[in-house]
Amino acid sequence: MSAQKNRLATGGRIDRSRPVRFTFDGKAYYGYQGDSLASALLANGVTLVGRSFKYHRPRGIVSAGAEEPNALIEVGTGNRREPNTRAPQIELYDGLTTASQNRWPSLDFDLGAVNSCLSRFFPSGFYYKTFKWPKDGWLFYEKFIRRMAGLGTGSTEADPDRYDKVYGHCDVMVVGGGPAGIAAALAAGRAGARVVLVDEQSELGGSLLSERDRSIDGKPAMDWVAAAEAELAAMPEVKVLTRTTAFAYLDANMLSCVERITDHIGPNASGPRQRLWRIRAREVILATGSIERPLVYSDNDRPGCMLASAGRTYVNRYGTAPGQRVVILTNNDTAYQTALDFAAAGVSVAAVVDLRANPQGALVQATRDKGIEVIANSAITHVKGAKQVKEVDVMSLSADGKSVTGGVRHIYCDTVLSSGGWQPTVHLHSQTRAKVVWNEELHAFVPGPVMPGQNNVSVGAAKGVFGLADCLAEGHEAGAEAARRFGFTNAAGSAAGAEAEPAAEPLRPMWIVPSDKPVGQGGKHFVDYQNDVTAADVMLAHREGYLSVEHLKRYTTMGMATDQGKTSNVNALAIMAGLRGMNIPEVGTTTFRPPYTPVTFGVFAGPDKGDFLDPIRKTPIHQWHADHGAAFECVGQWHRAWYYPKAGESMHDAVNREVKATRDSVGIVDASTLGKIDIQGPDAAWFLNMVYTNAWTKLEPGKCRYGFMCGEDGMVFDDGVTSRIAENHFHMTTTTGGAARVLSWLEEWHQCEWPDRKVYFTSVTEQWAVFALNGPNSRKVLEKVVSGIDLSEEAFPFMSWRDCEVAGVKARIFRISFTGALSFEVNVPPSYALHVWRALMSAGEEFNITPYGTEALHVLRAEKGFVIVGQETDGTMTPQDLGFEWIIGKAKPDFIGRRSHLRSDTARPDRKHLVGLLTENPQEVLPEGAQIVEHVKDKPPMTMIGHVTSSYWSPNANRSIAMAVIKNGRNRMGQTVYLPYDGKVVAARIAKTDFLQDGAAANA
Amino acid sequence: MLLISCPYCGPRDEHEFSYGHEAHIARPTLEQQQTMSDAEWADYLFMRKNPKGVHFERWVHSRGCRQWFNVARHTVTHEIIKVYPMGEPAPNLEQK
Ligand SMILES: [Zn+2]
Repeated sequence: MSAQKNRLATGGRIDRSRPVRFTFDGKAYYGYQGDSLASALLANGVTLVGRSFKYHRPRGIVSAGAEEPNALIEVGTGNRREPNTRAPQIELYDGLTTASQNRWPSLDFDLGAVNSCLSRFFPSGFYYKTFKWPKDGWLFYEKFIRRMAGLGTGSTEADPDRYDKVYGHCDVMVVGGGPAGIAAALAAGRAGARVVLVDEQSELGGSLLSERDRSIDGKPAMDWVAAAEAELAAMPEVKVLTRTTAFAYLDANMLSCVERITDHIGPNASGPRQRLWRIRAREVILATGSIERPLVYSDNDRPGCMLASAGRTYVNRYGTAPGQRVVILTNNDTAYQTALDFAAAGVSVAAVVDLRANPQGALVQATRDKGIEVIANSAITHVKGAKQVKEVDVMSLSADGKSVTGGVRHIYCDTVLSSGGWQPTVHLHSQTRAKVVWNEELHAFVPGPVMPGQNNVSVGAAKGVFGLADCLAEGHEAGAEAARRFGFTNAAGSAAGAEAEPAAEPLRPMWIVPSDKPVGQGGKHFVDYQNDVTAADVMLAHREGYLSVEHLKRYTTMGMATDQGKTSNVNALAIMAGLRGMNIPEVGTTTFRPPYTPVTFGVFAGPDKGDFLDPIRKTPIHQWHADHGAAFECVGQWHRAWYYPKAGESMHDAVNREVKATRDSVGIVDASTLGKIDIQGPDAAWFLNMVYTNAWTKLEPGKCRYGFMCGEDGMVFDDGVTSRIAENHFHMTTTTGGAARVLSWLEEWHQCEWPDRKVYFTSVTEQWAVFALNGPNSRKVLEKVVSGIDLSEEAFPFMSWRDCEVAGVKARIFRISFTGALSFEVNVPPSYALHVWRALMSAGEEFNITPYGTEALHVLRAEKGFVIVGQETDGTMTPQDLGFEWIIGKAKPDFIGRRSHLRSDTARPDRKHLVGLLTENPQEVLPEGAQIVEHVKDKPPMTMIGHVTSSYWSPNANRSIAMAVIKNGRNRMGQTVYLPYDGKVVAARIAKTDFLQDGAAANA
Repeated sequence: MLLISCPYCGPRDEHEFSYGHEAHIARPTLEQQQTMSDAEWADYLFMRKNPKGVHFERWVHSRGCRQWFNVARHTVTHEIIKVYPMGEPAPNLEQK
């Protein structure tokens, strides 16, 4: 247990009466309630927190917020381990377990650091150059590279936490709870608008949380924040979400936000861990603040090198000094506020090194007045110390600022704070695909015109307005204006006021701070810490001709790490502009894409996982199947009985028994999943004529007809039997998987192409339970339980239907067959399904009635060569290809797909045809999907002429049977083809698809 | 995520809808089918506009009222300029 050696005696928003124990790399520390992991580590003097991505260089904490590029941490262990979490955004709780990343075997001694010594062999584009050749080189290097380069590793176990999803709607959404955002929410809320205010931090205040002694309306700024928070909480139409990051600005003013509900309490908290908010707002006010840019100086990545604003946050908000003795490097006035606050907190500032020739601003003077040395017109040329800053070298700048001159001053320090100016946080603005524009005064990108339909306005620092009073006024006006526009007329009050900041002098843009050696020699000028991209890499990319920003990004990987270059993009762009002798906006801008910060997958899944991922559909007698030992298979969302194994039976045994019993006597299958569509209206027959390839007008009521539906491209889309119930009333059946698709298809044609036709479609799939009796004894079984009709062949012929009663239940029976055997499909209301099924089973007992599942169903239909759409077809087969020339209504003028059947390629006689395949060895069951060749060669490639679509053992043919599509197959009857697979070649003969026809099997 | 105003149900999230394809592609009449070349038929079948700008397209409220309707949408800004029923001609949006 180490003491908090950098903890200040007083100050900050931490609770010193509530110590919190946590571990980092197995070692225990104490921080305080209110600390972030970063502030607690700094308080304990832990400055080395990770190794860099490519060179494994020792790295420390750079920032105090979402922009953190270095301090990426693994939080939690086991199934809760989460990698790449930013230390400044991790709230401390008792028992928090954390670990550094990308180091092996330990953070302190890391073997990969050898990469750093070899860095001249790891230039940008290294991966491209090295592994382009030889061809297999990558395979050799990959394992090595993957181990040495990379960030943290996530858990491979299932996530044990719960996640929630919710939708929100509001008039005004305010992103950012700093002074501008609070002012906006207050104004809009007071006016009566429905407001949502989100902020990623644990409490409202934004930049005010890092201030030392600012006032608003004459009282301490955080008192104003507290009063505002209370006022907002009292408004019933206002919702304030802290610990909530708006990470994506989607179309039509929808923002995706993640609310971290219990991350700050730890895994023992009750309730969901995080919640995904999708908030649709009429107007969005972006008050997202700004991010400080680091300066690009030599060895600016040593642990202890930090943003000036971050140092200020640690001192003022967390009561923690980032180190014992600080040197500040700046090109602008804001860093002097850090110097002054450090002096006030009693933290030693060795010097402020200013890149400007002669800074004289008010803050500069105040700093001098405090006795802090200001070294003007100078640069830090070296930072010494491997795992912790020990000393800096300071030299004077030449007149043009491109080099250094004179003697070297060595200044002892353990921390270097730099400020290269401020970049408005334009990420959400940019995510709407709106442009950003370069502001010459601020030397920063500010939001450009908003996208049409994306009603938003940027205010305060997010827009490049930095004065506190201006931020408060802008926020207020934006909130009041939005509310006014939406008709909310209550008084919005007036904007809060604040004293003006001391006048500041302009910053001096200097995108590379010169050293006494050329860039790339001696020290390293890091631009992108997280992806280890240096100024020398940008220069190399430029020399090699990568001039556009997008090429630069991809070649160097600059800005492509998990931080999306929050601290590096502008610096890189400016360096490239300098190399090309262009202005920054001419070189281009980068586009920010969601997410603003990484989002865990769990929150996207939310509760939609496991059993809640997808609905499960069961037939009305599902439980009967389960009770009788059925194995189930998934057909879309349906769970269907697959086969019913008896004790000791394999699947093969069970299926053979079911198939045999059905052909020999009688089988029964639950076909309730069959798609059923009720079609009514005076134009119903006309419509069927258009969607089916065959003719329907003359079909008499009481009759059924089999049909193919084609797409307009002529390819088979679905098939099924449709029956005429009455003159203007049809009952259509579809494949189980095609039901929804067919209904949508009919609706689309009706609504979009033939809206004047009077016809109506209703899904009745779940209004009818369907049990198909098949086999020579099926009539005898049905006769025992049916009433109201004569089942004889003469009275009730094939392809007709009758209304009747079965076991006392109103039923409709169709004489259609998917097995080729005598068959009756009994349709009853689903609430009576079990009663009817049991009655049929009892009636069939004396005939050994055998329930069969989908596997036997497939074998039975294949024995007679019946096709299954989606198995024999794949979107490239016409009815003619399947051998259904007869089903095309030649006399019919028009139907969907007709014209395509006349296209030269579709009409060609040698397309792939559906045929039967009989293996030479009748015991050999071909694998479905096996490729077919005419001429076998020693090894691939061979010319493939088709493939197997269905293949089974047929107990009735007592041999293997298969269907296949083969080029010109119908004209190759009797020919032998070959199927090379599994290291062998199987010969098979092309045959007809009805395998039970007299002699079909015997001829094999 | 787009906000689409179904002409029958009002504004709803994009995920309630399914995209169809380009709108206003009339199916050739039987007479036209009989005289048109394979290439012309293929053009009707397969070729679709892909403009940078306003696109007329049809959508269906598949998880709602299941009605089809037309949408004029800007492919760059994703702005939905107009929603109008099936059968209505494409609006003249030259002013846009
Ligand atoms: Zn609708």
